[in-house]
Amino acid sequence: MSYDVHAIRKEFPILHQQIHGRPLVYLDNAATAQKPLAVIKTITDFYTKDNANVHRGVHTLSQRSTDAMEAVRTAVCAHINAREVAEIIFTRGITDSINTVAFGMGALLQPHQNVVITALEHHSNIVPWQMLCERTGAALRYIPMNDKGELDLSTLELLVDENTAMVAFNHISNALGTINPVKTILNRAKAVGAWTLVDGAQSGPHALVDVQDWDVDFFTLSSHKMYGPTGLGVLYGKRERLETLPPYQGGGEMIATVTMEKSTYADIPHKFEAGTPHIEGIIGFGAALEYINSVGIEAIAAHEAALLDYATTTLSTIDGFRIIGTAEKKASVISFLVEGTHPYDLGVLLDQQGVAVRTGQHCTQPIMDQFCIAGTARASFAMYNTFEEIDLFKAALERAVTMLR
Amino acid sequence: MSTIAEKQAVLIEEFEFFDEWMDKYNHIIEMGKAMPVIDAVDKNDDLLVQGCQSKVWLKAEKKGDCVRFFADADAIIAKGIVAMLIDVFDNQPATEVAAADLSFLEEIGLKDHLSPTRANGLMSMIKQMKFYALAFSSAN
Repeated sequence: MSYDVHAIRKEFPILHQQIHGRPLVYLDNAATAQKPLAVIKTITDFYTKDNANVHRGVHTLSQRSTDAMEAVRTAVCAHINAREVAEIIFTRGITDSINTVAFGMGALLQPHQNVVITALEHHSNIVPWQMLCERTGAALRYIPMNDKGELDLSTLELLVDENTAMVAFNHISNALGTINPVKTILNRAKAVGAWTLVDGAQSGPHALVDVQDWDVDFFTLSSHKMYGPTGLGVLYGKRERLETLPPYQGGGEMIATVTMEKSTYADIPHKFEAGTPHIEGIIGFGAALEYINSVGIEAIAAHEAALLDYATTTLSTIDGFRIIGTAEKKASVISFLVEGTHPYDLGVLLDQQGVAVRTGQHCTQPIMDQFCIAGTARASFAMYNTFEEIDLFKAALERAVTMLR
Repeated sequence: MSTIAEKQAVLIEEFEFFDEWMDKYNHIIEMGKAMPVIDAVDKNDDLLVQGCQSKVWLKAEKKGDCVRFFADADAIIAKGIVAMLIDVFDNQPATEVAAADLSFLEEIGLKDHLSPTRANGLMSMIKQMKFYALAFSSAN
């Protein structure tokens, strides 16, 4: 069956509106994706029928909520092919997931050790490691990138050495769209016995990840970038790593016993889930995962690749159009500048014509510094975008550029 | 020599001509393009207006009882907006700049139209201009 983008669009009510009198063209999907009816309905149904706190009461509603939430844990486990359900932790988002690992490692890291990240990271995969290194005296190292926005792995063996405690990097760059050579980096890290973390913020909605095939220690997902609710992330961790890692936050739900003198912690995953979880978010995320799988992540990826190809070709005909990030392997992100214009001005004039793009540094200041630019405009595509929308985008961009020059 | 109130009235009249915001932006952009800018050598970080998303440089000089304003910006819409403010405030008595009520921003709809971040940037520009004017008028 061919990919029916118009049937998919019907499932996303937010797309069918006018912005400043023009049809909305939503191209800010790398920031957050829109939500299908299945997700919206699931959340409404939850509050209409099943809401109660989880893992606590014996009453029927609490049991229903708990079952619904735990069913999502099982679904996530299957989605990324984790070995067991207990390895799936629900967090507040990817930032929270990474902080959970980085904070916990504070008790494990020695001053002579180092943490390796890359020049392509989002601030959320930079700052927690900087804080960890400041606390422990460990060194922070960066794998550099070339002018196309690809990681330069020629120094990988030098950077990742026997003192490397952690190698943390993203699967796909949010700012440039680069798809990183995950296995090559993981293999080097494993060869020296370092722990590994892959940030899946941008891969979650576009690619199938098998954490056992990768043999990665930690992997993170963001619900809201995968058509699910905001405020929810996933931290996958291998059991032995999660058992070694001290908990990040204390509170209810994460303990086994509490006396005024001392508490013992619950087993994983609960050790890392202090407080009442984002129940509605988790259940909504379950619906989002189901929706993604019903369309098929490979079919989505193929559609987005076609959109990226078409957009790259058609936009490049605009005089002075320059793409920042031209890696051989790219996800559906176009970060761009147009000669003689400022990205903020492009963003405003595109919005006036109904086109939503992101402008600025995309939480990746070091990347912008390397390209010696203040920021870019970024268009990013999702399962519901169409070729017609790219034509509208191009026409709007041409009008904006004419006005600005 | 027009007063601040007269300058504002002219701007309001100009903008009444446009129904669509794309056209209003076009007008703002044209004002930005037409504005004489600060010499590149003078564009140091001390002149940057804090609180703007894009870079806006603003310089003021005392000329008798009046204030002269010079500006530049890296984004053209921001530049157009500062050009409008300069159009209203340049060469006006410092005491009047400091006390001025910029009602034209509401009248042309700019204040409501801007996103909160951009509206903050606009307020920062005005605050900086008034701050210069206040410093110059109290120095008299």
